[in-house]
Amino acid sequence: MSNAVSVLNGASFDGLAEVKDAGLVGMITLRGDLSSKALAKAVLNVTDCTIPDVRKVAAVNGNTVAWMSPDELLIVTDYQNVDAMVAKLSSALAGEHALVVNVSDARSMLTLSGSGTREVLAKVAPVDFSAEQFQPGDFRRTRLAQVAGAFWLGEAEQMHIICFRSVGQYVFDLLKVAAHSDAVVGVYT
Amino acid sequence: MLILECPYCGVKAEETELQAGGEAHLKRFGPGSSDDDFHDYLFMRENPKGVHFERWRHVNGCGKWFHAARCTVTLEVFGTYTAQTSTPPQALLDAISEKRPGWTWREFADASTSHNGEEVAD
Repeated sequence: MSNAVSVLNGASFDGLAEVKDAGLVGMITLRGDLSSKALAKAVLNVTDCTIPDVRKVAAVNGNTVAWMSPDELLIVTDYQNVDAMVAKLSSALAGEHALVVNVSDARSMLTLSGSGTREVLAKVAPVDFSAEQFQPGDFRRTRLAQVAGAFWLGEAEQMHIICFRSVGQYVFDLLKVAAHSDAVVGVYT
Repeated sequence: MLILECPYCGVKAEETELQAGGEAHLKRFGPGSSDDDFHDYLFMRENPKGVHFERWRHVNGCGKWFHAARCTVTLEVFGTYTAQTSTPPQALLDAISEKRPGWTWREFADASTSHNGEEVAD
Protein backbone atom coordinates (compact mmCIF):
# COMPACT_ATOMS: atom_id res chain seq x y z
CA MET A 1 0.00 0.00 0.00
CA SER A 2 1.12 3.53 -0.70
CA ASN A 3 1.64 5.78 2.28
CA ALA A 4 -1.25 8.26 2.30
CA VAL A 5 -0.30 11.83 3.25
CA SER A 6 -2.31 15.04 3.28
CA VAL A 7 -1.45 17.60 0.62
CA LEU A 8 0.18 19.99 3.11
CA ASN A 9 1.83 17.18 5.05
CA GLY A 10 1.51 18.81 8.44
CA ALA A 11 2.42 22.39 7.50
CA SER A 12 1.50 25.17 9.91
CA PHE A 13 1.84 28.95 10.19
CA ASP A 14 1.46 31.18 13.19
CA GLY A 15 0.46 34.82 12.82
CA LEU A 16 -2.77 36.66 13.61
CA ALA A 17 -4.24 33.19 13.78
CA GLU A 18 -2.72 29.74 13.58
CA VAL A 19 -3.19 28.06 10.19
CA LYS A 20 -2.66 24.36 10.45
CA ASP A 21 -3.00 21.34 8.21
CA ALA A 22 -5.59 19.04 9.76
CA GLY A 23 -3.87 16.00 8.25
CA LEU A 24 -5.77 13.13 6.73
CA VAL A 25 -9.48 13.47 7.37
CA GLY A 26 -12.20 11.10 6.23
CA MET A 27 -14.97 12.71 4.20
CA ILE A 28 -18.07 11.13 2.73
CA THR A 29 -20.46 12.82 0.35
CA LEU A 30 -24.04 11.72 0.85
CA ARG A 31 -26.64 12.82 -1.65
CA GLY A 32 -30.29 12.06 -1.33
CA ASP A 33 -33.59 13.38 -0.06
CA LEU A 34 -32.71 15.00 3.28
CA SER A 35 -36.33 14.90 4.41
CA SER A 36 -36.50 11.13 3.96
CA LYS A 37 -36.90 9.17 7.20
CA ALA A 38 -34.80 6.27 5.92
CA LEU A 39 -31.90 8.59 5.19
CA ALA A 40 -32.15 10.32 8.59
CA LYS A 41 -32.23 6.93 10.31
CA ALA A 42 -29.21 5.65 8.39
CA VAL A 43 -27.22 8.80 9.20
CA LEU A 44 -28.18 8.60 12.88
CA ASN A 45 -27.28 4.91 13.16
CA VAL A 46 -23.94 5.24 11.42
CA THR A 47 -22.70 8.65 12.65
CA ASP A 48 -24.80 9.29 15.81
CA CYS A 49 -25.69 12.67 14.27
CA THR A 50 -29.09 13.97 13.31
CA ILE A 51 -29.61 15.70 9.96
CA PRO A 52 -28.32 19.26 10.44
CA ASP A 53 -30.44 22.34 9.77
CA VAL A 54 -29.78 24.54 6.77
CA ARG A 55 -26.17 25.82 6.88
CA LYS A 56 -25.41 24.04 10.15
CA VAL A 57 -23.29 21.13 11.26
CA ALA A 58 -24.17 18.39 13.70
CA ALA A 59 -21.22 16.98 15.64
CA VAL A 60 -21.30 13.91 17.92
CA ASN A 61 -18.52 11.53 19.02
CA GLY A 62 -15.92 12.85 16.61
CA ASN A 63 -18.25 12.66 13.60
CA THR A 64 -19.46 15.82 11.95
CA VAL A 65 -22.33 16.02 9.49
CA ALA A 66 -22.54 19.24 7.48
CA TRP A 67 -25.40 20.64 5.37
CA MET A 68 -23.97 21.16 1.89
CA SER A 69 -27.10 21.81 -0.19
CA PRO A 70 -30.81 20.87 -0.11
CA ASP A 71 -29.88 17.35 -1.23
CA GLU A 72 -26.34 16.86 0.00
CA LEU A 73 -24.55 16.18 3.27
CA LEU A 74 -20.86 15.92 4.03
CA ILE A 75 -19.82 13.47 6.73
CA VAL A 76 -16.44 14.18 8.31
CA THR A 77 -14.88 11.39 10.31
CA ASP A 78 -11.59 9.55 10.95
CA TYR A 79 -9.61 8.72 7.83
CA GLN A 80 -9.33 5.05 8.87
CA ASN A 81 -13.04 4.86 9.55
CA VAL A 82 -14.25 5.87 6.12
CA ASP A 83 -14.46 2.63 4.15
CA ALA A 84 -16.36 0.88 6.92
CA MET A 85 -18.75 3.84 7.22
CA VAL A 86 -19.37 4.00 3.47
CA ALA A 87 -20.17 0.27 3.47
CA LYS A 88 -22.56 0.66 6.42
CA LEU A 89 -24.32 3.68 4.90
CA SER A 90 -24.60 2.05 1.49
CA SER A 91 -26.22 -1.06 2.91
CA ALA A 92 -28.52 1.00 5.15
CA LEU A 93 -29.60 3.03 2.12
CA ALA A 94 -30.00 0.10 -0.27
CA GLY A 95 -33.09 0.71 -2.39
CA GLU A 96 -33.21 4.41 -1.51
CA HIS A 97 -32.50 7.13 -4.08
CA ALA A 98 -29.18 8.07 -2.48
CA LEU A 99 -25.47 8.18 -3.22
CA VAL A 100 -22.60 7.56 -0.80
CA VAL A 101 -19.04 8.27 -1.92
CA ASN A 102 -15.69 8.40 -0.14
CA VAL A 103 -14.13 11.73 -1.13
CA SER A 104 -11.39 11.84 1.53
CA ASP A 105 -8.51 11.86 -0.93
CA ALA A 106 -10.10 14.50 -3.14
CA ARG A 107 -10.23 17.05 -0.34
CA SER A 108 -7.97 18.69 2.13
CA MET A 109 -8.73 20.20 5.50
CA LEU A 110 -7.11 23.00 7.49
CA THR A 111 -7.86 24.50 10.86
CA LEU A 112 -7.69 28.14 11.78
CA SER A 113 -7.57 29.11 15.44
CA GLY A 114 -6.61 31.99 17.66
CA SER A 115 -7.93 35.47 18.28
CA GLY A 116 -7.64 36.58 14.63
CA THR A 117 -9.60 33.65 13.18
CA ARG A 118 -12.66 35.60 12.07
CA GLU A 119 -10.66 38.48 10.66
CA VAL A 120 -8.29 36.26 8.69
CA LEU A 121 -11.08 34.30 7.04
CA ALA A 122 -13.13 37.45 6.41
CA LYS A 123 -10.30 38.70 4.20
CA VAL A 124 -10.71 35.82 1.77
CA ALA A 125 -14.42 34.88 1.93
CA PRO A 126 -17.51 37.08 1.23
CA VAL A 127 -19.17 36.19 4.53
CA ASP A 128 -20.18 38.21 7.59
CA PHE A 129 -18.14 36.78 10.47
CA SER A 130 -19.43 38.98 13.27
CA ALA A 131 -20.07 36.98 16.43
CA GLU A 132 -23.86 37.41 16.15
CA GLN A 133 -23.94 36.31 12.53
CA PHE A 134 -21.53 33.39 12.46
CA GLN A 135 -21.79 31.21 15.53
CA PRO A 136 -20.33 27.86 16.59
CA GLY A 137 -22.05 25.14 14.58
CA ASP A 138 -22.62 27.41 11.58
CA PHE A 139 -21.48 26.05 8.25
CA ARG A 140 -20.93 27.86 5.01
CA ARG A 141 -20.02 26.82 1.50
CA THR A 142 -18.52 29.72 -0.37
CA ARG A 143 -15.31 30.76 -2.03
CA LEU A 144 -11.85 31.32 -0.55
CA ALA A 145 -10.42 34.07 -2.77
CA GLN A 146 -10.56 32.36 -6.17
CA VAL A 147 -11.43 28.77 -5.27
CA ALA A 148 -14.42 26.94 -3.83
CA GLY A 149 -14.24 26.18 -0.14
CA ALA A 150 -16.33 25.47 2.92
CA PHE A 151 -15.90 25.96 6.64
CA TRP A 152 -17.63 25.59 9.94
CA LEU A 153 -16.96 27.07 13.33
CA GLY A 154 -16.26 24.42 15.94
CA GLU A 155 -15.61 24.71 19.64
CA ALA A 156 -13.17 27.25 21.10
CA GLU A 157 -13.46 29.54 18.03
CA GLN A 158 -11.68 27.01 15.86
CA MET A 159 -12.55 27.21 12.18
CA HIS A 160 -12.44 24.01 10.15
CA ILE A 161 -11.78 24.73 6.50
CA ILE A 162 -12.36 22.29 3.64
CA CYS A 163 -11.13 22.72 0.08
CA PHE A 164 -10.27 20.54 -2.86
CA ARG A 165 -6.94 18.76 -2.53
CA SER A 166 -5.73 20.26 -5.81
CA VAL A 167 -5.94 23.77 -4.30
CA GLY A 168 -4.78 22.85 -0.79
CA GLN A 169 -1.44 24.58 -1.19
CA TYR A 170 -3.15 27.67 -2.66
CA VAL A 171 -5.52 27.94 0.30
CA PHE A 172 -2.69 27.48 2.79
CA ASP A 173 -0.60 30.19 1.11
CA LEU A 174 -3.64 32.45 0.94
CA LEU A 175 -4.35 32.10 4.66
CA LYS A 176 -0.67 32.57 5.43
CA VAL A 177 -0.72 35.98 3.76
CA ALA A 178 -4.06 36.91 5.38
CA ALA A 179 -2.73 35.86 8.79
CA HIS A 180 0.58 37.71 8.51
CA SER A 181 1.30 39.46 11.77
CA ASP A 182 1.73 42.81 9.98
CA ALA A 183 -1.71 42.56 8.38
CA VAL A 184 -3.95 43.54 11.29
CA VAL A 185 -7.27 45.20 10.39
CA GLY A 186 -8.92 44.85 13.77
CA VAL A 187 -12.46 44.65 12.45
CA TYR A 188 -13.85 41.87 14.67
CA THR A 189 -12.01 42.68 17.88
CA MET B 1 -22.82 45.13 -6.24
CA LEU B 2 -25.72 42.79 -6.89
CA ILE B 3 -26.89 40.82 -3.84
CA LEU B 4 -29.36 38.00 -4.37
CA GLU B 5 -30.83 35.78 -1.68
CA CYS B 6 -30.51 32.12 -2.62
CA PRO B 7 -33.96 30.57 -2.10
CA TYR B 8 -32.38 27.20 -1.23
CA CYS B 9 -29.80 28.01 1.42
CA GLY B 10 -31.00 31.46 2.46
CA VAL B 11 -27.60 33.07 1.94
CA LYS B 12 -27.61 36.70 0.87
CA ALA B 13 -25.01 35.99 -1.76
CA GLU B 14 -23.10 38.73 -3.49
CA GLU B 15 -22.22 38.62 -7.15
CA THR B 16 -18.90 36.84 -6.77
CA GLU B 17 -20.61 33.79 -5.27
CA LEU B 18 -23.04 33.57 -8.17
CA GLN B 19 -22.98 32.71 -11.83
CA ALA B 20 -25.32 34.37 -14.30
CA GLY B 21 -27.40 31.91 -16.31
CA GLY B 22 -29.05 34.25 -18.82
CA GLU B 23 -32.69 34.94 -19.46
CA ALA B 24 -35.35 33.10 -17.47
CA HIS B 25 -38.41 31.18 -18.63
CA LEU B 26 -37.22 30.39 -22.17
CA LYS B 27 -39.48 28.00 -24.02
CA ARG B 28 -37.49 25.41 -25.88
CA PHE B 29 -38.19 24.76 -29.55
CA GLY B 30 -36.41 21.56 -30.50
CA PRO B 31 -36.68 18.98 -33.28
CA GLY B 32 -39.84 19.33 -35.34
CA SER B 33 -40.28 23.04 -34.69
CA SER B 34 -40.22 25.63 -37.44
CA ASP B 35 -36.95 27.29 -38.39
CA ASP B 36 -38.27 30.65 -37.17
CA ASP B 37 -39.20 29.30 -33.74
CA PHE B 38 -35.87 27.53 -33.45
CA HIS B 39 -34.01 30.67 -34.49
CA ASP B 40 -35.88 32.78 -31.95
CA TYR B 41 -35.31 30.22 -29.21
CA LEU B 42 -31.59 30.17 -29.91
CA PHE B 43 -30.82 33.81 -30.57
CA MET B 44 -33.58 36.22 -29.57
CA ARG B 45 -33.22 37.58 -26.05
CA GLU B 46 -34.86 40.35 -24.10
CA ASN B 47 -32.69 43.36 -23.35
CA PRO B 48 -35.05 45.44 -21.25
CA LYS B 49 -34.56 48.76 -19.57
CA GLY B 50 -36.37 47.99 -16.37
CA VAL B 51 -37.92 44.78 -15.08
CA HIS B 52 -35.99 41.66 -16.04
CA PHE B 53 -36.15 37.98 -15.13
CA GLU B 54 -32.95 35.97 -15.04
CA ARG B 55 -31.54 32.61 -14.07
CA TRP B 56 -28.68 32.51 -11.58
CA ARG B 57 -26.68 29.73 -10.01
CA HIS B 58 -25.30 29.79 -6.48
CA VAL B 59 -22.07 28.35 -7.84
CA ASN B 60 -19.81 29.06 -4.88
CA GLY B 61 -22.36 27.79 -2.42
CA CYS B 62 -25.10 25.20 -2.52
CA GLY B 63 -24.71 24.90 -6.31
CA LYS B 64 -28.42 25.28 -7.05
CA TRP B 65 -30.05 27.21 -9.88
CA PHE B 66 -32.72 29.76 -9.08
CA HIS B 67 -34.63 32.63 -10.68
CA ALA B 68 -34.30 36.31 -9.89
CA ALA B 69 -36.42 39.33 -10.82
CA ARG B 70 -34.64 42.65 -10.83
CA CYS B 71 -34.57 46.08 -12.41
CA THR B 72 -31.76 46.66 -14.90
CA VAL B 73 -31.90 50.43 -14.39
CA THR B 74 -31.64 50.69 -10.61
CA LEU B 75 -30.31 47.18 -9.84
CA GLU B 76 -33.21 46.85 -7.40
CA VAL B 77 -33.91 43.17 -6.73
CA PHE B 78 -37.63 42.37 -6.56
CA GLY B 79 -37.10 38.83 -5.39
CA THR B 80 -35.73 35.37 -6.05
CA TYR B 81 -37.67 32.15 -6.48
CA THR B 82 -37.27 28.47 -7.21
CA ALA B 83 -35.98 27.20 -10.55
CA GLN B 84 -38.68 24.51 -10.68
CA THR B 85 -41.31 26.76 -12.24
CA SER B 86 -42.18 28.18 -15.65
CA THR B 87 -43.88 31.31 -14.30
CA PRO B 88 -42.86 33.71 -11.53
CA PRO B 89 -44.94 33.46 -8.34
CA GLN B 90 -48.02 35.72 -8.31
CA ALA B 91 -46.95 37.49 -5.12
CA LEU B 92 -43.73 38.55 -6.82
CA LEU B 93 -45.57 39.76 -9.94
CA ASP B 94 -47.90 41.80 -7.72
CA ALA B 95 -44.96 43.31 -5.86
CA ILE B 96 -43.35 44.32 -9.16
CA SER B 97 -46.61 45.85 -10.40
CA GLU B 98 -46.75 47.95 -7.28
CA LYS B 99 -43.23 49.27 -7.76
CA ARG B 100 -43.20 49.53 -11.57
CA PRO B 101 -46.78 50.17 -12.75
CA GLY B 102 -47.28 49.23 -16.37
CA TRP B 103 -44.23 46.99 -16.69
CA THR B 104 -44.09 44.29 -19.36
CA TRP B 105 -41.62 41.51 -19.99
CA ARG B 106 -42.32 38.94 -22.72
CA GLU B 107 -45.68 37.35 -21.87
CA PHE B 108 -45.70 38.78 -18.35
CA ALA B 109 -47.03 42.23 -17.54
CA ASP B 110 -48.62 44.40 -14.91
CA ALA B 111 -52.09 42.82 -14.65
CA SER B 112 -53.76 46.14 -13.83
CA THR B 113 -52.86 47.69 -17.19
CA SER B 114 -53.47 46.53 -20.73
CA HIS B 115 -50.53 45.65 -22.99
CA ASN B 116 -50.30 49.08 -24.57
CA GLY B 117 -49.55 50.48 -21.15
CA GLU B 118 -52.89 52.27 -20.61
CA GLU B 119 -54.75 51.91 -17.34
CA VAL B 120 -57.67 49.51 -17.54
CA ALA B 121 -60.89 51.39 -16.89
CA ASP B 122 -62.49 50.49 -13.59
